[in-house]
Amino acid sequence: MEIIRQNPADLDPADFRARGIRARDALRGDLEGDALEKYVEERVLTTTLDKALNWARGNAIFPATFGLACCAIEMMELVAGHVDIARFGAEAFRGSPRQSDLMIISGRISIKMAPIVRRIYDQMLEPKWAIAMGACSSSMGVFNNYAIVPADKFMPVDVHVPGCPPRPEAVMHGVLKLRSMIQDDPAMGWRDRYEARGTEEIIGDPRVAPNAINVFGPKDDTAGA
Amino acid sequence: MSTPTSVSEYRKAEQAVDIDAPIGSQPLGYAGEQELLTLNLGPHHPATHGVLRLLTTLEGEVVRDIKPIIGYVHTGIEKTAEQKSYWKVIPVVERMDYLAYYFNSMAYCGAVETLLDLEVPKRAQYLRVIHLELNRIMSHMVWLGTSALDLGAMSLLFYCFRERDNILDLFEMSSGARMHTRYFQVGGVMEDIPRGFEEKCRAFIKRMPRATDDMRALLSHNEIFLHRMRNVTPLDAETLLGLGVSGPLLRAAGNPWDLRKAAPYSSYEDFEFNIPIGTKGDNWDRYAVRVAEIYESCKIIEQALDGLPEGAHIADDRKVVLPPRHELATSMEALIHHFKLVTEGLREPPGEAYYPIESPRGELGCFVRADGSSKPARVHMRDPSFVNLQATAPMVKDSYLADLIATLAMLDPILGGIDR
Repeated sequence: MEIIRQNPADLDPADFRARGIRARDALRGDLEGDALEKYVEERVLTTTLDKALNWARGNAIFPATFGLACCAIEMMELVAGHVDIARFGAEAFRGSPRQSDLMIISGRISIKMAPIVRRIYDQMLEPKWAIAMGACSSSMGVFNNYAIVPADKFMPVDVHVPGCPPRPEAVMHGVLKLRSMIQDDPAMGWRDRYEARGTEEIIGDPRVAPNAINVFGPKDDTAGA
Repeated sequence: MSTPTSVSEYRKAEQAVDIDAPIGSQPLGYAGEQELLTLNLGPHHPATHGVLRLLTTLEGEVVRDIKPIIGYVHTGIEKTAEQKSYWKVIPVVERMDYLAYYFNSMAYCGAVETLLDLEVPKRAQYLRVIHLELNRIMSHMVWLGTSALDLGAMSLLFYCFRERDNILDLFEMSSGARMHTRYFQVGGVMEDIPRGFEEKCRAFIKRMPRATDDMRALLSHNEIFLHRMRNVTPLDAETLLGLGVSGPLLRAAGNPWDLRKAAPYSSYEDFEFNIPIGTKGDNWDRYAVRVAEIYESCKIIEQALDGLPEGAHIADDRKVVLPPRHELATSMEALIHHFKLVTEGLREPPGEAYYPIESPRGELGCFVRADGSSKPARVHMRDPSFVNLQATAPMVKDSYLADLIATLAMLDPILGGIDR
C-alpha cells in the first residue's frame, strides 16, 4: 500500500487538516505576520458574556439521578447506546441535587413523594431546570386517582414530554428543547413567569430556619450556634 | 433511665429524645460497645432501585437493623382497577411492576379467563410464552446493568441496555409500543405476530447467549465483584420460605421452586428447560441463578418458535373478544357485539380466582373477585418484590453497609410493584 503524504503548504486553506496544522502552529507561536492576522481574524468570534455563558450552559446540562417509576428505565436508556445523550453533553447524571442542573421527573409522583420531590428541587442550585417526563408527572396519566399529583401543582416545570412512557428519543427532544430555551432566552424570562427563581434551599436564613447554622454567612450573623 | 443495649431498646430511647432540650440534659445513655447511628437511606438514593427508604441502624460500619419504609410510589392501581371495565384494567395493572409488564397482564388475564372458563387457543399460549420469556430476559438485563452500576461496573450498563433495546424492538414490532404494550388480552393476544418477527426473534436468541457470555466474562472473573458477591449475606431456604420469598432468591438458596414447572400455565409443560439453582443462597448464587435463567429463557423461546401452532391468536367467544374488523362491515350481529364490548365491556360471572405465574422476581399472583357486573369488585396483586423485601433485614443483619447496597441490588426490588 502506498502512503501519500501531503505537504501542508499545498493544502487548501479551508481544509480541516490545514486548519488543524495552523491551530497547532498558532499555539506553538510559529505563526507570524499576515498568517497570524488572518488566523486571528477567522478564529475569533465576538459575543456577549451572557450569550457565551448560556451557550455553554445549554451544552453541558447535568441531570440529577432521580428515578421514580417506569419512565426512569427509559431515562436510563438516554445514556445507553441507541440515543446516547452524550452527543449533546447531558450524559453526566449526578447523584447529588447540589451538583445537578436538571431534574427529569421520571414517573408518577405520589402524594407521599411530592414533598420530597419539591425538596430535592429546592436543593438544586441556580441555574436549574425541570422536565416532567411522561403523562403521570404532567397530568396524572392513566391513573388519575387519589394517589397521584402532577408536578405542576407543587413545583415549576420547564418542559413537558408526553408519552407513557415517552420514547428515549422523545425525552432527548425535550432536553434539546430545553437547550434551545436556555440558549435563546438569556434572561430566562420564562422562569420568572411561574416564579421559579429564588427557590433554593438556604441554610441558615434566620427568618426561615432560626436554629440552623449559617455556614456561608458572616460569623456574627450566625443564629442558634 | 436504664441503659439500652439492644437495637429495639435503642430505638425506644431514641424516640424519647427531646430535640429542643440542650444536649447535656438528654436522657439517652448507651452502654454498648459503640454508639449506634441511625442512618436514613432514601427515598431518593441512586442505589435503592427506586424510591425505597431504608432506616438503617449502624454500629460503626456494621448494619444492626434495617427498616424498609415503602409507599413512595403508591399509585392506587388496585383501587383504579375497580373503577374500570375488565378490558380497561389491563393497561393499569401493566404499570405496576414496570419491568415485567407482560407478566402483570398475563396474571390478570389468566385470572379473568379462569373466571370466564375461557379456553385460550394454543397459538396464543405460545405467543404469550415467547413474549413472557423475552420480557424475563429484558428484566434481567435491566437488573444486571443497574446492579453492576451500583457495584461500580459502569460499562456493563451499556451492554445490557443494548440487548434490552433489541428486545424492545421486538416488542415494538408485535404491539407497536416499547413498554406497557397491552399485547395480552382476555382470550389471547391483541394481534398475531407480524411478518419478519420470527426471523428477528431467532436472530436475537442466537445472539443473546453469546452476549450473556460476554457479560459474564466481564463480571464473573472480576476480583472486586467476586469479593462483593461470594459468601456475602447468605440466607438459607427455610428462612426464605418462612418469609414467603419466591423466585430467583429462593432458587439461589437451593429450593427448585418454579411455577413454570410446579404448576404449568400457558403451555409451559410443552417445553424442555432447566431450573438453575444455587447452593448457598449468597449474593453470588443470586447473581448466577439469574444469569443462568437467561440461557434457559432463550431455549424456551426457540422451542416455542419451532413449535408455534397454526390457528387463531385469540379465542372465538363473541361475548368476550372483539369480532374481527372485516365482519363489522357485513354482519349486524358482529356490530352489536362490538358495540356492547366497547361501551360496556365483558361481563364476568360472580366468583373469585387467583392466578399465580412465575415472574422474573418470583410468584406474581392476581386475585380477581367478580360480582356479575362488567367491572371487577376487587383486583389484588401478590407482588413478589413486596414479599421479597421482607428478607432484606435478616439478610443484611450484622454485615457491612456496603454489602447492604450489593444485597439490595441482588434482591432486585421494583418499587412500582411493591407500592402499587
